[in-house]
Amino acid sequence: MSSSCRRPEHMAPPEVFYNEDEAKKYSQNSRIIEIQSQMSERAVELLSLPDDQPCYLLDVGCGSGLSGDYLSEVGHYWVGVDISTAMLDVALRREVEGDLVLGDMGQGMPFRPGMFDGCISISALQWLCNADKKTHSPPKRLYRFFSTLYSALARGARAVFQIYPENSEQLELITAQAMKAGFTGGLVVDYPNSSKAKKFFLCLFAGVSGVLPKGLDSEATDRGVSTQAQFTSQRSRFKNMKGKSVKKSKDWIMEKKERRRRQGKDVRADTKYTGRHRRPHF
Amino acid sequence: MKLLTHNMLTSHVKGVVKGYPLIIKATEVKVNELEFNAQFVSRMIPKLEWSALIQAAEWLGQSQDLPSTLIPNYENDEDFLRKVHRVLLEVEVIEGCLQCPESGREFPISKGVPNMLLDEGE
Repeated sequence: MSSSCRRPEHMAPPEVFYNEDEAKKYSQNSRIIEIQSQMSERAVELLSLPDDQPCYLLDVGCGSGLSGDYLSEVGHYWVGVDISTAMLDVALRREVEGDLVLGDMGQGMPFRPGMFDGCISISALQWLCNADKKTHSPPKRLYRFFSTLYSALARGARAVFQIYPENSEQLELITAQAMKAGFTGGLVVDYPNSSKAKKFFLCLFAGVSGVLPKGLDSEATDRGVSTQAQFTSQRSRFKNMKGKSVKKSKDWIMEKKERRRRQGKDVRADTKYTGRHRRPHF
Repeated sequence: MKLLTHNMLTSHVKGVVKGYPLIIKATEVKVNELEFNAQFVSRMIPKLEWSALIQAAEWLGQSQDLPSTLIPNYENDEDFLRKVHRVLLEVEVIEGCLQCPESGREFPISKGVPNMLLDEGE
């Protein structure tokens, strides 16, 4: 799905877009199959599951089971949820090993708490950002999805979403609802400089803060530029956009005094009263 | 739908408090063969609602003398693990429906896939 094509989620709701003809591509088009497999492999890598241990995973938007096949290949057991019967039919024909459920991720995950060791989702989350029906509210659907997913995951489990964000507003919408649901984590970007190879993986942690994995890059890795955007549930203090201290704050006062000392001017010594907050009448 | 999945599924309809476990009404059941993995079965057992599993197996006529409560030290009992493996991963409901124990709402199962789609307002 390159940027020159129209975005599928603008054309029809997913259960309509992924009809039998579209579903066929996922079993026959070798390019689509190759790309989906690669993204699944990278998503599982980002899940950082314990080595040599078969896990119980959730595949959201499993579709025809291409991503699920990779999960089975590396020895995991999985449950797939998808909204398109045509795509699930293809998965059934392909005799995938995972168990399939017909469901709408925006209506919530129908599982009891703490069951899954991890969750992957390949190219599915962006479908939640569009209102396909008048009654749909994307933020509400996103929140219902993330909150039920958070509960369905075991403590310390991760959820990795490969997404095609349309713009930064959409990304903000997604991350805001994920954080509201209790997730921490961030965005990992692979190959940020290649428009063709660039891939976004939203990595979310349930219950335990983890270290965000590094994005892949074809250039040297010591560039010092971060390929991640981290968000946590910490509230950061307001910092001045230009990187300078906020005017009249203690930091600003100390900096100004230092500057004047360097200019050779007479400056009062720093004491514990320097920059102390005065009563309003002052 | 395998019984492992059934053990995890609940009704997620708004307002329903006890949507678990879903009552199975099966019209077609199949038993497949799946490679046995002792490690996975051992790991999953503590996560299971054991009574729900036994009841589900009974509904499908697949109880296979599984004990009604978990035996201690099951990790080393391969015979037991194999029985659990069969019931969790090899028994599949192909046609039928799942019924919410609180509201009575039915979720149909077709071709082995349970339909958990909700209507407007649910």
